[in-house]
Amino acid sequence: MSESRDVVERTDVVDTVVQTDTPEPAEQTDTPDTPDATEQTDARRPVLPRLLVLLRPERARLIAVGALTVFSVGLLVVGPWLLGQATDVVFNGVIGKQLPAGQSKAEAVAALRAAGHGHLADMLAGMAVRPGVGVDTGRLGRLLLLAIGAYLLSAAFGWAQGRILTGVAQRTMFRLRAQTEEKLTRLPLRHFDTHPHGDILSRVVNDVDNVDTTLQETLNQLPSSVLTVLTTLGIMFWISPILATASLVTIPVVMAVASVLAGKSKARFEAQWEQTGRLTSMVEESYTGQALILAYGRGEQVAEEFGQENRKLRRAGYSAQLLSGAIFPAVVLVGNLNSVVVAALGGYQVATGAISLGAVQAFIQYSQRFTSPVIQSAGQMNVLQSGIVSAGRIFEFLDAQEEPVLPAGGVAQGLDERRDEHQDDRGGGHRVRLENVRFRYEPDTPLIEDFTLEAAPGRTVAIVGPTGAGKTTLVNLLVRFYEIDSGRILLDGVDYRELSRDQVRRCFGMVLQDTWLFHGSIRDNIGYGREGAGDDEILAAARAAHVDDFVRTLPEGYDTILEGDASNVSSGQKQLLTIARAFLADPGILILDEATSNVDTRTEAMIQEAMTRLRSGRTSFVIAHRLSTIHTADTIVVMDAGRVVEQGSHDELLEREGFYHELYHSQFAETLVS
Amino acid sequence: MAQSHLVRTFLRPHARPLGFAAALQVLQAAGNLYLPILNAHIVDHGVVQGDVGYIGRTGALMLGINVVLCVASLISVRLSSWVATAVGADLRAAVHDRVRSFSVVELNRFGVASLTTRSVNDVQQVQVFAQAALSLLVISIVTALGAVVLAVRQGPRLSPLLIVTLAAVLVLAGWVMVRLLPMFRSVQVRTDGLNQVLREQIAGVRVARAFLRTGTEQARFERANAGITDAQLRAGRVFALVTPLILVIANLSSVGVLWFGGRLVADGTMPIGSLTAFLLYILQILLYVVIGVTVLTLLPRAVASMHRIQEVLDTVPAVADPAEPVEPEAVTGAVAFRNVTFGYAGSERPVLDDLTLAFPPGRTTAILGGTGSGKTTLLNLVPRFLAATAGDVLVNGVGVDEQAAERLRAGIGLVPQTAYLFAGTVADNLRFGRPEATEAELWRALETAQARDFVAALPGQLEARVERGGVNLSGGQRQRLSIARALVRRPSLYLFDDCFSALDAATDARLRAALSTETGDATVVIATQRAGTVMAADQIVVLDGGSVAGIGTHPQLLADCPTYQQIIASQLEWGAAA
Repeated sequence: MSESRDVVERTDVVDTVVQTDTPEPAEQTDTPDTPDATEQTDARRPVLPRLLVLLRPERARLIAVGALTVFSVGLLVVGPWLLGQATDVVFNGVIGKQLPAGQSKAEAVAALRAAGHGHLADMLAGMAVRPGVGVDTGRLGRLLLLAIGAYLLSAAFGWAQGRILTGVAQRTMFRLRAQTEEKLTRLPLRHFDTHPHGDILSRVVNDVDNVDTTLQETLNQLPSSVLTVLTTLGIMFWISPILATASLVTIPVVMAVASVLAGKSKARFEAQWEQTGRLTSMVEESYTGQALILAYGRGEQVAEEFGQENRKLRRAGYSAQLLSGAIFPAVVLVGNLNSVVVAALGGYQVATGAISLGAVQAFIQYSQRFTSPVIQSAGQMNVLQSGIVSAGRIFEFLDAQEEPVLPAGGVAQGLDERRDEHQDDRGGGHRVRLENVRFRYEPDTPLIEDFTLEAAPGRTVAIVGPTGAGKTTLVNLLVRFYEIDSGRILLDGVDYRELSRDQVRRCFGMVLQDTWLFHGSIRDNIGYGREGAGDDEILAAARAAHVDDFVRTLPEGYDTILEGDASNVSSGQKQLLTIARAFLADPGILILDEATSNVDTRTEAMIQEAMTRLRSGRTSFVIAHRLSTIHTADTIVVMDAGRVVEQGSHDELLEREGFYHELYHSQFAETLVS
Repeated sequence: MAQSHLVRTFLRPHARPLGFAAALQVLQAAGNLYLPILNAHIVDHGVVQGDVGYIGRTGALMLGINVVLCVASLISVRLSSWVATAVGADLRAAVHDRVRSFSVVELNRFGVASLTTRSVNDVQQVQVFAQAALSLLVISIVTALGAVVLAVRQGPRLSPLLIVTLAAVLVLAGWVMVRLLPMFRSVQVRTDGLNQVLREQIAGVRVARAFLRTGTEQARFERANAGITDAQLRAGRVFALVTPLILVIANLSSVGVLWFGGRLVADGTMPIGSLTAFLLYILQILLYVVIGVTVLTLLPRAVASMHRIQEVLDTVPAVADPAEPVEPEAVTGAVAFRNVTFGYAGSERPVLDDLTLAFPPGRTTAILGGTGSGKTTLLNLVPRFLAATAGDVLVNGVGVDEQAAERLRAGIGLVPQTAYLFAGTVADNLRFGRPEATEAELWRALETAQARDFVAALPGQLEARVERGGVNLSGGQRQRLSIARALVRRPSLYLFDDCFSALDAATDARLRAALSTETGDATVVIATQRAGTVMAADQIVVLDGGSVAGIGTHPQLLADCPTYQQIIASQLEWGAAA
């Protein structure tokens, strides 16, 4: 991968990329952590509706959840009303028992009034008291049983709702991650070469995680909070319109306080996450460069810089916490004021007999249940804000410009026929021809200009040239990681543009300097070369690439799991593994990057032998670093500054005493001297 | 638990604000408990007596208390935010400090990615928990306990009911904790797995596309995706139970109070006012228990993170400064190895076995050997990134373990195998080892490192931006800048660790020719696998499997060192070239 940038004598690719293309979302992701990037997303396409679209496949379940929420909240709201009734039964019984039996309620009220207890009489008048009769345990029991039933059912519904929602949220996240993965396969190589890998990773892992949390919390609580507020309000009005109106006065205050604070805290949370990103980058950089920092005595300075960023993060976090922390007490205060009003006004009303004690008690319970979801919603708005920021970053990634769609391979048949015509005595391999190819990473920096080259079937083309000559770019174009700007590339006489990318790539096999192995068994890593390859084929490829010898010395053999960075095999062995992979793929055209660093002599010899064997019967492009390759190549293409400066066999080129002559002698000068 | 030690260590410096916050929370708890009493008074004295004035006065008192409580709550949130963010910052600094003292061994054991996560994300988890716990735990515990006391005073006969309720809540909370802890660990592990698959996919995008294996990659991703979804689902299902169960416990206990309490009231053993008060206290207890349990659900994640932080803090680096550092008499750059052996703990074979070598000043020593021959390890012993298992490494005539590491390293210009550049400008990077270097000096170093031309072509030249790691430059450019960085420092000892690999042979040759005039009296050590690089050296050390296979000049070794002959033959293919 690093080699791919070999060619790119540039400092800021991204800048120019932005200029080239129409302002595609993809190209704006170059500064992912700045707030304006997210702002742009917000402006471009609202995030919330897109989140809802994501939930569409779960419609049926969401409707079920809605129904369950209604039942659950409804039953939960009925509970306190039943308990209030039960309180009244007890209270009535207690009072009733104190009154002489046989007296009617009206008589008892009159008697109290006569005795000068006017307010008591008023209160009694408002009660369902039967003088002389104690607590009606039967009725009390029935009410309480009803309440138990309501609570249990409500809990059951609530549980079912939570369980379904967990599934909804997780499945949605599964789909969102799958979408990002699919996106990865459709993104042009340019995207990977111009965006920090850590940023792509962070969007797929951390931001999805954050959206997950948000979705789970808000889906679970926001609807039931809202529903609870509405039903509770309804019941409160039903119990006592006066008290309900009095408590309603506080709602706008609660809402205003919460929304002002939440709005302000959003900006502060954004600042906090931005600073977290900065600190993460800094920490990552200082850990990666640890050896250099130690060697160059920069420890103190790094610690100081870290300290500054750390303090900034702390301040940002503190100020965000402060505001969001203030929401709770502020809303609680308003809620408490509400209950003072209810208590005072309610007390007054009971005293005047306008309402029963049980009703006031129920009302107080309701009004407490009423403020807590309002407080909760305020908190959820906070969570939602942060989730929307993350969702915006994900959508931005999903909107990035994709590789253009190409014909799905209509000429595949023709390709095979023409291929046969071109088979020559060397057997195997395809003919590849580049005609007047022009390509630039950046529009105003010439790179590959008017490039013409032909590789006959079965022949080896050695590509040599100084660093930055465009060798790796040539590979990028051949395998079609990038599309050329003008000119054409012919595969067995068929223009690349008539072929799908897969058709082109099916003909190619690559052994790059940057060996890529994944966490998995050696068998799977070799088997990667061709889908559905059998064990015997894998073994044959391993033998051909001299992999078999060292694999047999491993205790687990082909089942040895390569660690994440394949640190349990040497770099030479890694290279052999990638050669085995290419053997298995059995391509018509090979691309070999010979650069060999970090390989010991014996392995080097094996690699060389294996690569030579791999080349036979195939058309090969070799980025050559070895004398032997140069000597045996059919054609040597000498590149400099994106052009073919010379082309021919080793001897021809030496005779010409041109660029190659100079290169060859400077490269092997010391060898010749000694 | 080791984690509680960590908590104590980091909370201790904030004892004062913490104590104040706790006091304020106790005040809040008292207010929370007093308000229902006032509420009852309104009913008993105001309502029942028909005393409207009393209702007004008590209402005003309640209002005042509420305002005081709100202010107390604001201050305590402020204090606990202050402490929580301070603890977060302290933890981050502690982890960062510890990692800075790590040698290559410890750094590789954890890996940069994991250490970064531990320094930032894991600390964040702990901070979130600390924030919630500090601002809510004291108030919820005190309020719940106070409400229990008051409730029992109101209706002693109902206390068994209270005990059953509290026990049920505690059992539930414990069960949730026990179930969730392993589930969160599994979520964490699977997140790491997803991370790994993605990392590999992004790095291997060329291979996957060239071999048409995007389908395989999608399947691999899907497995990881399904794994994490499954783990999250299981944790989510436990969570889905928590709220309904707590509500059931809360509500059933209210029902119980009314049933048993109602009969007590009917018997006349309990006044009706006590019954309603008891009900309110129960509601209050459960409200704060719910808050407490919510805070505790953050605990499993925080514990997992604390464990990961503790692991870093508990790691003692193998290399430490001596108590009384020795200052070398003269800084010549001379290096000597005396019977040096190095092996990693637990491995059977040493990486370096009994090496005795001398790298004299003013000379170039090349160390030639294949992978695993121990070249990089040998170089790492010189600036004491690694400590020798046996024997002595001497720089300027003094053992490296007797010198202060910073002083020792100040005289060394190291160019590591992988050229790493820091975010900043070209000049920032070049001045990394000597901030006071002039621009002329920078250009001169660039010239020697064969980097002048490309830097001159960059927009802004010395002030051109370098991205983190130098990703906007090619491998060869990075290596040349990294060599120039060492040159700017003008050290007495150069260590080049196979750092010419990304250069083509012509540039490589020019660079080494320029280097030899530039390094002057300094000691130069070049580790390499390229035979072409070593031939001009004054001294060549051939390493094979951690031992010296030969020392001498090119002609000497060519004459009598079989390993050397083999390397030269295989790499240069002299036969073919002739």
